[in-house]
Amino acid sequence: MAVPNPLFEYLLRLGDNCLILGHRVSEWCGHGPILEEDLALANVALDLIGQAKLWLTLAGEVEAEGRDADKLAYLRDAGEFRNLLLVEQKNGDFAFTMTRQFLFDTWHYLLLRELRRSTDSRVAEIADKAEKEAAYHLERSGDWVVRLGDGTQESHRRMQRAVNILWPYAGELFEMDEIDDALLRPGVSVDLAALRHPWHEHVGAMLEQATLEQPKSGWAQRGGKRGIHSEHLGFLLAEMQFLQRAYPGASW
Amino acid sequence: MQSTLARPPTAEQIWDWLREIPDPEIPVISVVDLGIVRDVRWHGQDGRQELVVTVTPTYSGCPATSVIMLAIENALRDKGVETLRLERRLSPPWTTDWISAAGRQQLRRYGIAPPPETAGTRSPLSRLGRKPATVTCPRCGSANTAQVSQFGSTPCKAQYRCQDCLEPFDYFKCI
Repeated sequence: MAVPNPLFEYLLRLGDNCLILGHRVSEWCGHGPILEEDLALANVALDLIGQAKLWLTLAGEVEAEGRDADKLAYLRDAGEFRNLLLVEQKNGDFAFTMTRQFLFDTWHYLLLRELRRSTDSRVAEIADKAEKEAAYHLERSGDWVVRLGDGTQESHRRMQRAVNILWPYAGELFEMDEIDDALLRPGVSVDLAALRHPWHEHVGAMLEQATLEQPKSGWAQRGGKRGIHSEHLGFLLAEMQFLQRAYPGASW
Repeated sequence: MQSTLARPPTAEQIWDWLREIPDPEIPVISVVDLGIVRDVRWHGQDGRQELVVTVTPTYSGCPATSVIMLAIENALRDKGVETLRLERRLSPPWTTDWISAAGRQQLRRYGIAPPPETAGTRSPLSRLGRKPATVTCPRCGSANTAQVSQFGSTPCKAQYRCQDCLEPFDYFKCI
């Protein structure tokens, strides 16, 4: 089935990943294990929400039906979101949050690094800006994976548990579908399958340094990119969209 | 101070006015010394001239960006500039290399360690080759400092501590 506006769909995917993970990470605000980490988590969330705004603004322009970033963020229901299942998973403990972040950051950095060469200059410009931020996020989440994995018995146990639970959500990161294919031909998008190797190389090396075991199973949970989500997304949206749903059009 | 200008001010004059506008979060440095004003230019032909000021954000989500835009608009309108347009430019992305020498001095005096002169290129994928930047304590000048957190009170800063004078301080992180 041909998708009428593949670029719009593709931009939603890019924007929704940032928006949903940004919202998840922002849930830590005021709950961080220490003040410095509370600030750091809020800053990462801020970067991601800023990137989401850039992608969704462009998506709205490409769609040309009068939707801006706010309308796209606040007035779509779960089935219309195109984020990966990985980013909507609940925060869990700090180990779980940092593991989710690390798996995402590695992919996000590799993706943005390639997207900087997109033949669509608007896409390339946003990627160029976001890549610097993603690089910084990756340094931080990688440091935590090593510190906690190769930390105390308790931190190691929690990290291994997080890796085991989140691993099946990694497969979706590299899946190509008709939208990716349609945009790859003119050089707008990136071959996600080609990111698999460098991703595994980095994640594998870091897990080893962190004395964590890489799960053997290659089975993948999938669906987020096509709007089929876990039950967690609806609850997230209920909070994130509450104000616009209860008081439509409210602004300040 | 409201005034109507007899003739449009030159771009140099505009730059001088912009040098008086402080960054809202780090008021010791001006928006020009921070390197976020990328261009000042008059557009249009005789009769209808429009001033276009191009600004680039430091970080995608930096909430100060819209405050900075507003401050620039207010300042220039106060100086009597009537036809004004502010443009946001993403590319090339802002880098700490664009912070002026004067700006670095001002940051240090304020207690914020400035970033190194050039950001260079580094990859977060090569942990082994990663050497932490030498950050000098803005209070006592010691290079014996340690990172406390990769992020600080604003997106552009990290938190450090001096191992000699024991003072905590902000480091303007390098991107």
